[in-house]
Amino acid sequence: MSEEITRDLFNKLVDLAALELEEEEAEYIRRQLNDQLTAIAELAAVPLDEETAAAAHGVPYTADTRAPFREDNADPFERPEEILKGAPEVIDRYIIAPETPHEDLK
Amino acid sequence: MSAMELCDLSAYELAALIRKREISAVEALESTLERIELVDGRPGSLDAGEITAEDHAKVHAFITRTEETARAQAQAVDKSISEGVIPGPLAGVPYTVKDIFNVRGTRSTAGSRILSNYTAPYTATAVERMEKAGAVMLGKVNLDEFTHGSSSESSAYQPAPRNPWDTSKVPGGSSGGSTAAVAAGMGALSLGTDTGGSIRQPAAFCGVVGLKPTYGRVSRYGLIAFGSSLDCPGPVARNVRDAAMMLSVIAGPDRRDSTAVTIPVPDYTAEIEAGVKGMRIGLSPDFFKIQYFNHESGQMEEEPISDEIKQAVEQAADRLSEMGARVVENVPMPRTKYGIPTYFVISRVEVASNLHRFDGVKYGYRTPVPAEDLDELYRRTRAEGFGAQPKLRILMGMYVSAAQYSEQYYQRALRVRSLIRGDFERIYDPQGEYRLDALLTPATPTPAFGYGDVYGDTVLMQYADQFTVTGNHAGVPGLSLMGGLSKERLPLGIQLLGRDYDEATLLRIGRAFEVATEDAAWRKVRPQVLEGLS
Repeated sequence: MSEEITRDLFNKLVDLAALELEEEEAEYIRRQLNDQLTAIAELAAVPLDEETAAAAHGVPYTADTRAPFREDNADPFERPEEILKGAPEVIDRYIIAPETPHEDLK
Repeated sequence: MSAMELCDLSAYELAALIRKREISAVEALESTLERIELVDGRPGSLDAGEITAEDHAKVHAFITRTEETARAQAQAVDKSISEGVIPGPLAGVPYTVKDIFNVRGTRSTAGSRILSNYTAPYTATAVERMEKAGAVMLGKVNLDEFTHGSSSESSAYQPAPRNPWDTSKVPGGSSGGSTAAVAAGMGALSLGTDTGGSIRQPAAFCGVVGLKPTYGRVSRYGLIAFGSSLDCPGPVARNVRDAAMMLSVIAGPDRRDSTAVTIPVPDYTAEIEAGVKGMRIGLSPDFFKIQYFNHESGQMEEEPISDEIKQAVEQAADRLSEMGARVVENVPMPRTKYGIPTYFVISRVEVASNLHRFDGVKYGYRTPVPAEDLDELYRRTRAEGFGAQPKLRILMGMYVSAAQYSEQYYQRALRVRSLIRGDFERIYDPQGEYRLDALLTPATPTPAFGYGDVYGDTVLMQYADQFTVTGNHAGVPGLSLMGGLSKERLPLGIQLLGRDYDEATLLRIGRAFEVATEDAAWRKVRPQVLEGLS
């Protein structure tokens, strides 16, 4: 098995992704990631010349197909209470979350 | 006509009968609800407990059924027609929605625990257009979690969908609930999405018609995003005409999605019977071999596709040739083999970005364990809310787009995507050597595989999409339809890939193939779950 993503590297990625994994799940995911990288390695052999540009979309957007920008107008949602109803914790229309990690400045 | 049979009629037939008041929308709906009761079994849920032998024999297409809203919609259609007003071209046609679309007032789960308590406050454009056309929504159907899979097994809502042709097989994915529902008469139509093949692959496995429109043809507004440069909402139907009718309804510009193109939408049914005389249809040897990851050797290996699928494609080419098409053989599509590796990179980068929004703060699931601070809340919520597939994809996306690896992986994949696009531009170039109207290929390397046979091996699972995924990279439209039955009585899927915004030609060719094969023995065979019902 490829070991491109080592345990240390994997743990860093998990932390950056704001995840936590049980040991068994972590080992399964790390193994799958390394297997997928074996498939991805095929790309390294693809001959690319300098003129081959990166494509953000398959179908090119042209003046004939691209939607014009909307006017920059505020368009308030008509039923904000329906959005607030979906929030896990709300007090007086404020969405409540635990404290953001911080250091007090002296 | 008995009520049992109404649900097996096509959308086109149902709409015509309802318009003429030969049947009511309520009758069409009740017939469909009865079918759901007979074949679907219990809907997917988070706490399903043991999956029983009885579960194994059912389809389990649904997560959420919306019978009461559907009855109100059907009654409104009947009332409108009785007053001489036809609400729209799909008036009274029952359909389902893949549970990746926001529909106001419905639970919209994406097949994930992290959205298990989320009720959408607004409706996706494609669904809104179906509503305006008079279609009647039966409910939300199951899928791979966040569409991340090719078998629908990864849904957090179990039992996951099973294949109506053989419930020991998967329906494909990620729109497996959509294609299973349509195949089993639980709605004439379904709204699916296709990011790497998620409409076309399950359509092939379930013996129905699946259309991935050109990227930008159908608005993505209200779709819970996976790969934003690849996602395409599109129709699942039992025949080509129905898919054409549905595309005419859902396609078109949308001010709420800047990637929805402004090109006018034709009536896709207008030229559907015009035949294929004079058309140039290509066959490529690059679509007759498969690559897969061999765990024993640790290498990528290549072998020919199944003989049965190859024969189905060749026979389809013969039928189209007999109808006047020119079949062009040996069309080179040399970058087809890079489709999956490129997808492993691009789609993962996009999904990692899209899934960062699920954090337990604004909506959806929040860990019940009190958190000391916001970081802990994020980690716990995401750890408990996401299943293994989204976690895996987020991690891969972060890795291949990290500053130190991006040039090697992400930037390179975007450039390979240009080469894949170049393959298509070459074969459709009106001044080029091939000048094709469409490319005819297998939709999948194999027929539907067994439940549990591939799940867990994420590399092998991804390769189920290798004939569909290049269409997503290139943005071109693709139509998947049944081309025969295997010895095991499983559908064999064929695919037509077309030019940008030229879905009309694919639908025309697909319809010609249906006409050419309407007397074929395999057209008379019904899915296993329907045997003995009527």
